[in-house]
Amino acid sequence: MNDANLLRTPLYACHQKAGARLVDFAGWEMPVQYSGVIDEHRAVRTAAGLFDVSHMGQIHVRGPQAEAYLQWLTPNDLGKLAEGRAHYSAFLTERGTYVDDLLVYRLGPAEFLIVVNASNADKDFAWAQARTAGFDVEIDNVSHRYALLALQGPRAIEILAPLTTTDLSAIKYYGFAHGQVDGARAILSRTGYTGEDGFELYVDPEEAPRLWDRLLEVGAPHGLIPAGLGARDTLRLEAAMALYGHEIDDQTTPLEANLMWAVKLDKGDFVGRDALVSAREGGIARRLVGFEVVGKGIARQGHAIVSGDDTVGVVTSGTYSPTFEKALGMAYVPLGSVEPGSPLELDIRGKRVAAVVVPLPFYRRPR
Amino acid sequence: MYPSENLYSREHEWVRIEDDICVLGITEFAQHELGEVVFVELPEMGQAFDTGDEIGTIESVKAVAEVYTPLAGEIVEINEALVDDPELLNEDPHGDGWLVKMRFSSADDLKALMNAEQYEEYVKSGGE
Repeated sequence: MNDANLLRTPLYACHQKAGARLVDFAGWEMPVQYSGVIDEHRAVRTAAGLFDVSHMGQIHVRGPQAEAYLQWLTPNDLGKLAEGRAHYSAFLTERGTYVDDLLVYRLGPAEFLIVVNASNADKDFAWAQARTAGFDVEIDNVSHRYALLALQGPRAIEILAPLTTTDLSAIKYYGFAHGQVDGARAILSRTGYTGEDGFELYVDPEEAPRLWDRLLEVGAPHGLIPAGLGARDTLRLEAAMALYGHEIDDQTTPLEANLMWAVKLDKGDFVGRDALVSAREGGIARRLVGFEVVGKGIARQGHAIVSGDDTVGVVTSGTYSPTFEKALGMAYVPLGSVEPGSPLELDIRGKRVAAVVVPLPFYRRPR
Repeated sequence: MYPSENLYSREHEWVRIEDDICVLGITEFAQHELGEVVFVELPEMGQAFDTGDEIGTIESVKAVAEVYTPLAGEIVEINEALVDDPELLNEDPHGDGWLVKMRFSSADDLKALMNAEQYEEYVKSGGE
């Protein structure tokens, strides 16, 4: 705290004013909670929450060969991504493991916006820049040009609607539109990291504090409250969304992480493809599963899955789930233990605790 | 905020002496730092501990904290209501959110503890 080296988003003063608890997250001084993680989590599931995710990184890619370049650099199929749509993808290493996971927005026929994790933003930009050779493409790190507000929850659309002339109901899940929010220029994207409906708003940093206050003011009668990174983590975990540094990293592949739906092996060559094809043929040794703790305690990242005296797997994320009011988690386990109902044994700080494999996601929003 | 009849440890536990029994809990400062408590693990009745031993764990949504006993002794009662209803620890850390009662073996252990005024100063200076 008060570390001069920590970065701050344009909304820092808003968080201070709201009495947020601020922590170091990936080099950023970020709000982990305001009123409390459980309270904020429930607000997002039942009404709405407003998150500052301005720390995330943005990379702008344009030029005659922008599509060809990204088609080769990322594993999802850009050929199927229409203008006004975004998709989930990744930067993969030659070994088919993760540099990062990310979203790609198609802004135009030859113009894209890539949104990456804050913890990897510099690494990702360097990775992309080092691989432009042979492509007529221009790439820019534009992270400083955007503040990012995530308005998430079943009531997000009714809160946002009076503040914009954009027809929000015309924006499908993973669609976006250029428009205005309360008079300020914005990209309105129907995306999120909570398992709920909602919008992510890319806005000018100078406008962000005013919009933050305005959204909270307009949203309060609908139950909108500010929500921090603590709730963001419990929400994404219930929705079984991967987090870099937990479920995925440079040692894990999409085959193991159940993320092959965002990898199109038949689209042509891309970085990491050969490794994934051979890994698929050779077979993988472990896979990501969801589990519920049956015994007492809460599993946390790094806790071992054990069998007798052997460590056979590892917990990637674990928490108390505010929705289900029990301890849930995700873990890499041997292929013999991936079926729902399979018993697992956890080592929680030296104590053996029973758990059971359950289907993912834990939470799916009612439609 | 910190009851004057209690004594306090540097690890943010409080104890209240009632004859040869001490009631032990964690402080307002500790519960606030932890956030919403969702799981409390307490020792068994009759278990004996030395000064500074870990006697249990308290987990919030995001964090885990070990509880250490500032006094050596034997567990004579545990707060079952707290195990069933962990948020009592947030609501009333110095009252209904107590953890255990111990029969302590030596009053010497008390000398290392702070009074309420000293503890409040300690917390103001960062509490670590």
